Amino acid sequence: MNFGSNGARRVGGGSTRQDRCACACQGRDLEPEVASGRGTVWSFTVNRHKWSPGLEPPYVLAEVELEEQSGLRLLTSIIDCDDVRIGMPVHVRFEQAGDAWVPVFGP
Amino acid sequence: MKAESAALISGLGSSDVGRRLHRDPLLLTADAALAAIADAGLERHDIDGLSTYPGAIGSTPGITGAGIDDVRTLLGLDLRWHTGGLELAGQLGSIANAVLAVAGGLATHILCFRSVWESTAQVEAGDRSSIVARSQRREVRSGQPYGVGYATYGALAMQRYMHESGATREQFAQARRRQSGERRPEPRRRVSRPPDGRRLPRARMISDPLCLFDCDVPVDGAVAFVVSRADSSAVHRRRALRIEALGTASGFQASADMLWSRTDLKPSDVDVAEIYDGFTIYSVRWLEALSLTPRNETGPFIEDGRRISLDGELPISTGGGQLSAGRLHGYGALLEACIQPAAGRRHPSGAGDRPRSRAVSSGAESFTSCLLLTR
Repeated sequence: MNFGSNGARRVGGGSTRQDRCACACQGRDLEPEVASGRGTVWSFTVNRHKWSPGLEPPYVLAEVELEEQSGLRLLTSIIDCDDVRIGMPVHVRFEQAGDAWVPVFGP
Repeated sequence: MKAESAALISGLGSSDVGRRLHRDPLLLTADAALAAIADAGLERHDIDGLSTYPGAIGSTPGITGAGIDDVRTLLGLDLRWHTGGLELAGQLGSIANAVLAVAGGLATHILCFRSVWESTAQVEAGDRSSIVARSQRREVRSGQPYGVGYATYGALAMQRYMHESGATREQFAQARRRQSGERRPEPRRRVSRPPDGRRLPRARMISDPLCLFDCDVPVDGAVAFVVSRADSSAVHRRRALRIEALGTASGFQASADMLWSRTDLKPSDVDVAEIYDGFTIYSVRWLEALSLTPRNETGPFIEDGRRISLDGELPISTGGGQLSAGRLHGYGALLEACIQPAAGRRHPSGAGDRPRSRAVSSGAESFTSCLLLTR
């Protein structure tokens, strides 16, 4: 996962959860690749506990499966949606968090 | 010969386990260690190996009470072999490591320990959010911009399982209700009361659908075992437990499959399951991975609680599990598997010619291990 400084849709070239990223090609020349930014909600939760200073619950966290690869899932936030469901199609957008841009998803 | 056959669990011990004990974690560790050595009929100078999870490596406050070198110097041990670390096959990977070391002839009697003092540490550390904010763990740090906590992983797994299986929160609550440690000769202190039908609907939601009752309880305490060479003349063979099979692969299913590939025993030979329940969903995943309940049918299996109670078909987490008796990180489950006298309805004592066996598991997701014990 790459934090695109310009907010571009750059998601790929690795995974935050390596146990779920199957690298079948055995390639050595890994590099970030522009992804479609489309995926589906694999699972989600409405978080009600305050884990991070400055982040007020409730908010929705989800694992989003990217359309590029079955089993490639990102832990992320769902925004702009009151009725999140498993299997729901979502699309990436980027939010600024400090000096990084983080990918979040919404309908 | 498989490595498991070369090793025995020859002794076990536990310190006081409870909330806010305000005791030095080194002393809790020493209590458990000395009790285990005495239980094995050994002396301190017999111990020539140490194994632990994680050791003197910090992640969150109180997650570890002693490192290898702490225990070596505290007990004055002469060691031929030792290991600790975070990157093991689950917390009970520290037992698997000890089995390998005795099987390989590197040591004869290995003291394995796990000690925690999270409950007391939290008094100083403050609320859970400040603890998470200070975590050094990569998976926690990468989730910080999103406000991810440990419970997030349990909640996501639980939601997905409920979606696939149709299981309900009420069914999950049974996994906790029936783990009450009833009819034990020395009931372990229950640090948290299981929910009844009246309390569940009012339970504080942590991260939907996961509520407070689905989270294990941070405690202070230490548990220790002695893993000995099976051919050691010092071992009291009638009392010792045999390790029939180990599963050290990554993932619930891979770990369980590995375990069953290393034994002729079958899931139907398991009379008690002491499974890891850091979150309730993890015990459900372990039951299904170990083929102790059918895939996606654990909800109805545990629904009325009778099948998983002490006189039921498959007693689980008979000491209360981590959900009720506290987060001893797999070591509590292994202790209970070694001392629980009840055999469950499946295999009344003395019946049949197959050995009674106990399934134990630790960890979750890619951090997993499981053991099958026989006497």
